[in-house]
Amino acid sequence: MINPDAKTILSVKDLHASVDGIEILKGLNLEVKAGEIHAIMGLNGSGKSTFSKVLAGHPDYEVTSGTIEFNGQDISELEPHERATAGVFLAFQYPLEIPGVSNREFLRVAYNAHRKARGEEEIDVFDFDDLIEEKTEIVKMNVSFLDRSVNEGFSGGEKKRNEILQMALLEPSLAILDETDSGLDIDALKTVAEGVNKLATPNSANLVITHYQRLLNYIVPDYVHVMCDGHIIKTGSRELALALEAKGYEWLLEEQAVAS
Amino acid sequence: MSTSVQSVVSQPYKYGFVTDVESDVIPRGLSEDIIRLISQKKNEPEFMLEFRLKAYRQWLKMAEPTWPNVNYEPINYQDIIYYSAPKQSEKLKSLDEVDPEILATFEKLGLPLSEQKRLSNVAVDAVFDSVSIGTTFKEELAEHGIIFCSISEAVQEHPELIQKYLGSVVPSADNYFTALNAAVFSDGSFVYIPENTQCPMDLSTYFRINNGDSGQFERTLVVADKGSSVTYLEGCTAPMYDSNQLHAAVVELVALDDAKINYSTVQNWFAGDKDGKGGIYNFVTKRGLCSGKNSKISWTQVETGSAITWKYPSCVLVGDNSVGEFYSVALTNNMQQADTGTKMIHVGKNTRSTIISKGISAGNSKNSYRGLVKVNPKAENARNYSQCDSMLIGDTSNANTYPYIQVQNNTGQVEHEASTSKIGEDQLFYFAQRGISPEDAISMLISGFCRDVFNKLPMEFAAEADKLLALKLENSVG
Repeated sequence: MINPDAKTILSVKDLHASVDGIEILKGLNLEVKAGEIHAIMGLNGSGKSTFSKVLAGHPDYEVTSGTIEFNGQDISELEPHERATAGVFLAFQYPLEIPGVSNREFLRVAYNAHRKARGEEEIDVFDFDDLIEEKTEIVKMNVSFLDRSVNEGFSGGEKKRNEILQMALLEPSLAILDETDSGLDIDALKTVAEGVNKLATPNSANLVITHYQRLLNYIVPDYVHVMCDGHIIKTGSRELALALEAKGYEWLLEEQAVAS
Repeated sequence: MSTSVQSVVSQPYKYGFVTDVESDVIPRGLSEDIIRLISQKKNEPEFMLEFRLKAYRQWLKMAEPTWPNVNYEPINYQDIIYYSAPKQSEKLKSLDEVDPEILATFEKLGLPLSEQKRLSNVAVDAVFDSVSIGTTFKEELAEHGIIFCSISEAVQEHPELIQKYLGSVVPSADNYFTALNAAVFSDGSFVYIPENTQCPMDLSTYFRINNGDSGQFERTLVVADKGSSVTYLEGCTAPMYDSNQLHAAVVELVALDDAKINYSTVQNWFAGDKDGKGGIYNFVTKRGLCSGKNSKISWTQVETGSAITWKYPSCVLVGDNSVGEFYSVALTNNMQQADTGTKMIHVGKNTRSTIISKGISAGNSKNSYRGLVKVNPKAENARNYSQCDSMLIGDTSNANTYPYIQVQNNTGQVEHEASTSKIGEDQLFYFAQRGISPEDAISMLISGFCRDVFNKLPMEFAAEADKLLALKLENSVG
């Protein structure tokens, strides 16, 4: 939902970032306000996933210039866990399996880390159990998944649902969904999208990174950005995504070539 | 990235202090005269001197094993002091008369010995360098007919038991280090649980090496008579020295019909510094004999210390229906080397064994599991289950698994599972993205990885082990 008076959540200016000395992001600009849903589309290798990891602070990626302001604070020097507790959430394209650590314990420690960062008391096991069981309903997850090791032996759909459960629990101000639709059948896609929509608030924003427009039928974006070669080459409304689906990316790249 | 993971797993050793005591030390080196001297200092009966000399003569003909996956400079056996004991004028009547410096040492190690402060539910035999300082709760245990004392005392007071059982499970000539131990062992603990007696409290030995030039060669013997049971705990620490100290111990367990022995170790000898200077060479032979039917021996070990660890707590399952278990966590960091595992020898019918081994390697360390499961021709319906999991932290550590399986009876069932996992940057990033710091993430991962083993430890030890690993893994991220 676009509200011109809403506060800015994310402001990225002329961002350059590289991995192993190879520049991937080459001058990326993006502004996201509270209440908005932004979609970032683009071909493989355009830098979409790199952008999500750079925002979350993955140590393999080095920001070489530019700024990332999040809720008015420059976060480019913060550790990944500090960015997380500040309210940046990344739903992973390939959520990791963590053998030996129960989902319930993982979620509780994560939740308490967020509370601690806000200067609040940690909550105990019993209060947490009530809280998390309520949250599982948002993603229609069976509570038995809480007592399994994190993502271990989960199907693709269950892993993605678990990501959204974490999002529901941690209530981030910016949620980045990195190719959340990949590997999902249509029913799982709907459940995940419904979960994300239920969690939308006027004070938070979503950044949806996707290859296909399919997901955007369920999570309807306010803005669609197309990334190519490490920066955004075109920004439009939802129609842009539909045009990409109908015509592919070629015409856009040609249009760019002509323009330059 | 491995630097950041690495800094999380390096924690200073906090037991590295030296106690200033006057010691009764014999000259360096090893010879028949030295062995006679040790035996004489301990006022031993003739059979013990014979036992020692025979072992020494066998040792002279043996060679140090080279098959373990560890490297170290050759040990000069003539440069070691084989006997070092704190000086005391007379035989002490009570533990409260022990040199206050030594009492303070054990207190600092979390093990107060004096009457008022001692642990209420665990009887302790405290070994300092070559001798036992004292044993708590002796009289209380004696009321149940239980013998718990230093092995030197047992040689004097219960020679018939010593003659019957010493060397009955681990013969002196078993290997190079057992022969050395049999020749020079200076002290250790002895336990005898009489028939149909459940030991009312946990028994424990705490080993402390203090002298920088002496080796520690202790000998532990636990005998559980028919229908009895006992839980035994063992802990070890040593000061930080630049040089290496040799610790060559022998532990023998005997379980008669229907007897049960649980033997747990938390080993935290000084591991050397981050460049591999100093630290203990921990060359230990531990073996349990389930001689009676329906008997059970269970080894649980948490190995975190020592520059080099070479030990294979084993079970020889002779009695029909007897059970052997081995649960192990071995953590190596920096330049540490561990080659550890177990041997399960199935001799009797319907014998069962379980092996759960968890190896964690960080830094430039080398961590090998080596295990043998052997089913003898007459061991009908023997069963074994083995699970060996390795976890690597960072990119420069090394984990190996060497399982040996020999089955000579076609009714045997042997299962082996193994896995290797790695705590890498991506896993830590996943935790971090949910707000969990790398320190907390590693500690959660390790505790999850070790849970199967920690669950087997007695309660006080489980807490200690968890704390110990957390300590080794604590520190801020660089």
